[in-house]
Amino acid sequence: MPSNPILEVIDLACERGEQRLFEGLSFSIFSGELMRVQGENGKGKTTLLRTLCGFVQPAQGSVHWEGRDIHEWDDLFHSQMCYLGHANAIKDELSALENLQISAGLAGIEVSEAIALGALRRMGLRRKEHLPVRVLSQGQRRRVALSRLLVGEAKLWILDEPLTALDVGAVELMQELIGEHLSKGGMAIFTTHQPLQVEGVQIRHLVLA
Amino acid sequence: MNRLSLVGLLLLVIRRDMLLAMRRRADVLTTLVFFVMVASLFPLGVGPETDMLRKMAGGVLWVAALLASMLSLPRMFSADHLDGTLEQIMLAPQSLTVMVLGKIVAHWMLSGLPLVLIAPVLGLQFDMSAAAIWTLMLALLLGTPVLSMIGAVGAALTLGLRGGGVLVSLLVLPLTIPVLIFGTGAVEAVNSGLDAISNLALLGAFLLFALVFTPFVAAQALRISME
Repeated sequence: MPSNPILEVIDLACERGEQRLFEGLSFSIFSGELMRVQGENGKGKTTLLRTLCGFVQPAQGSVHWEGRDIHEWDDLFHSQMCYLGHANAIKDELSALENLQISAGLAGIEVSEAIALGALRRMGLRRKEHLPVRVLSQGQRRRVALSRLLVGEAKLWILDEPLTALDVGAVELMQELIGEHLSKGGMAIFTTHQPLQVEGVQIRHLVLA
Repeated sequence: MNRLSLVGLLLLVIRRDMLLAMRRRADVLTTLVFFVMVASLFPLGVGPETDMLRKMAGGVLWVAALLASMLSLPRMFSADHLDGTLEQIMLAPQSLTVMVLGKIVAHWMLSGLPLVLIAPVLGLQFDMSAAAIWTLMLALLLGTPVLSMIGAVGAALTLGLRGGGVLVSLLVLPLTIPVLIFGTGAVEAVNSGLDAISNLALLGAFLLFALVFTPFVAAQALRISME
């Protein structure tokens, strides 16, 4: 294990309204590591992931990226991470290709049509690239959203229920993609209620009680 | 993979919102049809008294434009909020202020610019002179972007709130009163044989002031609303 953690959570506490979801949470994630956040509904899994992204200010504690508080990085931290939330963040009126190119553009990355098509095809969307997303199934929409992971160079993946609506083949593909990402020195933290195994990777578990 | 410049990002946001609007034409047409209907009802109600119609033209058309622009305000950020796109926008390493500016420009092009272009036709219903119509168009050209900019702040502040559509109007309408006064004043000045330049200059000043401050304020409001 490397000596310097890249993502470090120190004594974190988060609240929703008046209710404290969790407190005293500390952990570190290193390059090549995969962490699964577990817990019953309402225990704060999504809130934790949103706090790691910087959306939510913690009630106490801090989140550090490469030794500095994520709020001190300005937007540089965000250029090194990719977040996929519950919602797919895609537009029904646009095609899968348009969605991918525009969402990459909004993340500041100019993606050529060839790269975008390659990513969509890798996600099993061959011959669906030019169709409006509204005609795709829920699982295919999720695949369009997940294809964003393939066109960026984010070191940190934060995935909130990435396997929702995916079929067995797509789940296996996701496992493969996560494995490739980790082998390149990336790291990922995710929540899911479905089983997920990545070959050759020991998944760390964080249980929010 | 290339990184997008800020100008590239601004153009991307505008192009995206325009593309989405072109594929959802009903939303764009609603604003325009509302403006035309409200403005057309007055001549029908008042009758063929051209003196009275000429006097009230500036005020009626400006109020109709103001109300029409309110219709599309709640949609400025809500669709992106509901489908998760706004989260992705906020995570982008580029400036959120630039993205908000892009959304404001797109909103104006879709809801403000059509009003400017249709205004001369409606002006004819009020028997407006050519000079008054030109002044009205110029005033709308300067004033409607301010409505979009102030509206963006209101839309960002009320994002995700129940009854946000009504709230945004309650928040924004009082702030747009100066625009209404000077916009109407410009047309009135021409009707009275005076120069409209002072009213137009004030509208221009509002536009510059709003251009500098509102995208930043709306971006901060979005950050608060998304917490």
